[in-house]
Amino acid sequence: MTPVPEHTVLTLVVFWPLAAALVLPALPRRAAVAAWAAASAADLAAVLALWTAYDGPGLAYQDRVRWIPSVGAGYHVGADGLSLPLLALTALLFLCCALYSLRTRTRPRAFAALFLALETVCLGVFAAQDLLLFFVFFDLSIVGMYFVIAGWGHGDNARSALKFFLYTFTGSLALLLGFIALYLDAGTFDMAEITRRPVASGGGLALLAIGIGLAVKTPVVPFHTWLPPAHTDAPAPGSAILAGVLLKMGTYGIVRVAMPMLPDAWRRYAWVAVALGLLGVLYGALVALAQRNVKRLIAYTSVNHMGYIVLAAGAAGLAGDAAARRLAVSGAVTQMVAHGLVTGALFLLAGVLHDRAGSYDLARYGGVARAAPRFAGLLAVAAFASLGLPGLSGFIAEFQIFTGAIGGGAPVAGALAVLGVLVTAGLFLGVLHRVLLGAPGELTPRVTDVRRAELAAVAPLLLASAAIGVAPRFLLDLVEPASATLIALVAR
Amino acid sequence: MTAVLAALVLLPLGGGALLLVAGRARPALVPALAVGAAAGTLALACLAAAGRPAARFPLFAGLPGGLRADGSAGVLAVTTALVTLLVLVYAAGDIGGARPRFFGFTLLFAGAMLVTVLAADLAVLLMGWEVMGAASYALIGFRWDDGARVRSAATAFLTTRAADLGLYVAAGCAYAGARTLDLDALAAAPAPWRDAVAAGIVLAALGKSAQLPFSFWLSRAMAGPSPVSALLHSATMVAAGAYLLLRTAPLLHATGWAAPLVAWAGALTALLLGGVALAQRELKQILAASTCAQLGFTVLAAGTGAVAGGTAQLVAHAAVKSLLFLCAGIWLGALGTGALDGLRGAARRNRVVGACFCAGAWSLAGLPPFALWATKDAALAAAPWQLAAVGVAASALAAAYATRAARALLAPLPPAAPAASAARDARAVPAAPAAPAAPAAPAAPAASAARDARAAPAAPAAPAAHDTRDVPAARDARAACDAPAAPDVPDARAARGGAVRGGALRVLPLPVLAVASAGAGLSALPPVAGEWRRVLGVPGERGPEWWEFFGTALIAGVVAVLVGIGVPVRGAAVARVFGSQAVARVFEGWLGLERGAFAVVRGVRAAAGGLARFDDRVVDGGVRAAAAGARRAAALAARADPDPVVEAVARAFRALGGLARRPQTGQLHLYYAQAAVVLLAVVLAVALAG
Repeated sequence: MTPVPEHTVLTLVVFWPLAAALVLPALPRRAAVAAWAAASAADLAAVLALWTAYDGPGLAYQDRVRWIPSVGAGYHVGADGLSLPLLALTALLFLCCALYSLRTRTRPRAFAALFLALETVCLGVFAAQDLLLFFVFFDLSIVGMYFVIAGWGHGDNARSALKFFLYTFTGSLALLLGFIALYLDAGTFDMAEITRRPVASGGGLALLAIGIGLAVKTPVVPFHTWLPPAHTDAPAPGSAILAGVLLKMGTYGIVRVAMPMLPDAWRRYAWVAVALGLLGVLYGALVALAQRNVKRLIAYTSVNHMGYIVLAAGAAGLAGDAAARRLAVSGAVTQMVAHGLVTGALFLLAGVLHDRAGSYDLARYGGVARAAPRFAGLLAVAAFASLGLPGLSGFIAEFQIFTGAIGGGAPVAGALAVLGVLVTAGLFLGVLHRVLLGAPGELTPRVTDVRRAELAAVAPLLLASAAIGVAPRFLLDLVEPASATLIALVAR
Repeated sequence: MTAVLAALVLLPLGGGALLLVAGRARPALVPALAVGAAAGTLALACLAAAGRPAARFPLFAGLPGGLRADGSAGVLAVTTALVTLLVLVYAAGDIGGARPRFFGFTLLFAGAMLVTVLAADLAVLLMGWEVMGAASYALIGFRWDDGARVRSAATAFLTTRAADLGLYVAAGCAYAGARTLDLDALAAAPAPWRDAVAAGIVLAALGKSAQLPFSFWLSRAMAGPSPVSALLHSATMVAAGAYLLLRTAPLLHATGWAAPLVAWAGALTALLLGGVALAQRELKQILAASTCAQLGFTVLAAGTGAVAGGTAQLVAHAAVKSLLFLCAGIWLGALGTGALDGLRGAARRNRVVGACFCAGAWSLAGLPPFALWATKDAALAAAPWQLAAVGVAASALAAAYATRAARALLAPLPPAAPAASAARDARAVPAAPAAPAAPAAPAAPAASAARDARAAPAAPAAPAAHDTRDVPAARDARAACDAPAAPDVPDARAARGGAVRGGALRVLPLPVLAVASAGAGLSALPPVAGEWRRVLGVPGERGPEWWEFFGTALIAGVVAVLVGIGVPVRGAAVARVFGSQAVARVFEGWLGLERGAFAVVRGVRAAAGGLARFDDRVVDGGVRAAAAGARRAAALAARADPDPVVEAVARAFRALGGLARRPQTGQLHLYYAQAAVVLLAVVLAVALAG
């Protein structure tokens, strides 16, 4: 006996944060962020309940409402093995960001309301089963993040926010063009419908438009240069959401839209994805190695990590063993979750440094582990998670991607991508050395250990990463059937 | 029985993680808890070795993970657990500060080694393998406030991880070729994939076991505390590579090329790193180089298919080397120097420690009836004559470096001891002037004082040691690594009189290891060797003939006597052994391998810097230029005079605008719908026109 009809559950989960945002003005200023945390915690619990109750494969919790019937666009949401992990990731990251922000003093009510609205938007992207709805949420995420960076950022934030907005908005226009091309072919914006009757042949131009749109958001080299300044000047929770959730919209679009709806074109141009993915892996890692600003460094490691996903998606479109390609897709989805957890944690920790000493410059720290042992422990675990240490989530993702790519159709690219693991190891050891270890640096005396709220914000992310790393089945049992479905769809 | 297997892995891993997270609450209890966990692990390892359980569990789609304690895995698991226990007992009396971190990471490390040893497939193996590497980083860089040590730890971790990439590729290729990652099924993979798998495994194993050309990282790894070296660089970590090669010997032989390659890599490492050991001036560096060399025999055995002999050598070496590192740790902590000259007579300070060290050195020298004498011969048993010749030459070198170390440590205490130790105490004064001009090989007491004095100014300069790559300076930086400056090292002054702090606990493991160092050779000698082969599942393997045992014993004996009684092997004499000073320096500098690796690192860093500039100037520059171009175009359009036509158009649009305001409801989704409809209309028009 569920208290609400099953089909509205997902809608409630998506719009619950927005509803909470609407009551924020009625709350005292100091309680705003706590209310955000409470709302996000409730939403996380609801998503986890959906996950537990999900009886796949296939779309569940579907809800349809007439919206613009004239163009075959409706309000249609649903969740499956590809979207549920990302819904859970989103809910968890927003909760952690709320905990991190408990001490925020700058316009906390507006901050909390904006993040709650952004949470609805992000959940909406992963729940949408209609291209137009997907696009609306996709675009609104850009608007929301623009206000986060412009309103609560630091440094040259107005400029970075504008660059972020214009660049990704232009990308989303390309995405819209591609969606319209899909509509012209199918006569509907409904994603399930289009997936059932995909673009039979051709579709190269539609894939190009969609590909550019998603590539800007992901970001894929060479469309990535909006990312480092946006991260550098964003507040820590903004960076965590930007890296942890917004980037996933691009890669999620690849597995949700590009691959199943344009299977023929995807197979034909899969080598492009493989090449761009490999480029992202190596280029992102090497450029990150040369960074002195810790946030720019993490931003470029995101380029590297997203590269693995694009590479895996490409390998899944090449001719090759189906089991291997399934492995690659499972790895790609795992990587989305893993990167969200770990990079979210890394950005929050970078925020702790900035909060204490006002600088992201690695060279000005050193020996921080003495005065801030908990911070050191968290940063070390996050760094090793990001460099793909087994026992943490990154390894589970990357091992599947490498094995799937090498065993599938891209053995050379898969083998070369392995080099990325080494470069990220080098650069993260560099971070540990320059911030935590060795002799104290110029700003080290100002760094104090993490506060309780900060610990409560970062620890769950790393614990989730460790859970995936040690016992990945709870995630893979959800993802693998969805990967198998996707590979079958791409093979049509 | 599968529960035993699970507990065997989870006890050290979980215990280590728990100590790391919660150990701070009760630091005093930590050593006892860790020793208890290690003892439990040892008991479980014995149970597993006796019961030989195997377990499979779901891991990835179609790729289940597996653990199994078959013959050689059981033997190695017991060895690992035993050495871990003994090293933790030692550490309970040795490590003073940051105990949760030390004991936590050591247990975590031991658990990872057990996973590696027990793994039945490449995925699980790789998990243990990589965690072991990361834990070794934490342990080698235990004194993290010293930048030079942290850099050494990073060098060790990155070097082994570079080699580990081979395992990632091997796993992918095994999956591509055989649709399984099962270690026992690798040899059956079809041809091009099988070769790729073998290449990846060989790369990873040579890296982990510090064989040529990767040996240099082991020299760096000596920056860790002595108990760390005693665990990592004897029974675990370095042993894992050789063990993997033994396990995959059928694969290596199936390829045709991998087996000889591995055999020669092992033989050359045994020979050349034996030379390196002979040329070192510090005890820990001698032991490190000899670790590479001794493991070379096991690698050679894997390449020639002498699995029983190779495993025997691996186990015997584990006992010998952890014993020697623990002895070294006691003296290094007490005397504050790692230099062989500074340690003259150290073995006479405490009879038990000295006697145990002699047992280890005797074994290392390959003298009968101690372990390595017999196991080394068993490892060489299947080698063709060329490889066997190199192996015998390497064992002669082993006799030389082991005897050289023992001779220095057993030398009568220098008569000028008070003066020397006064000079040693003067190390604390940073203005010690002798630094650059220290002679190569002066008389012993003066030399020890001078060497110690050199170590002092090198310590603050340690961070620079990596960059200068100046070999003697780097050596001194490493000498300083065991100096009692850090708070974790026992108080040197208290120990100088010969007393050993944490005495009983630190000495307790030594006799056990000494007995093992002597007795482990039984596994290679006729009455037991047959049973040993049966346990390992290779009953058909051939052991050495009696004359082979006799011959190598004779050679080792002659060399040991020569080195022990007369032929001076310090300083200039080392050069005489190698032919010239220049050659001696090459060997002292670990063959310059590190220089090559650092050249690669410099190249990668330069490329990274170049790419970062390219990213800023060209990739982002292009974006900025496009934006600026758009802005200029807009400004140009704004400057143009409005003409009547434009005005008329503007009026019309104002009127239309009035109309358009009507649907402005303020609801965002309606805007998007409208925008979509307009865009749609345009596209439709274009489509229809086209």
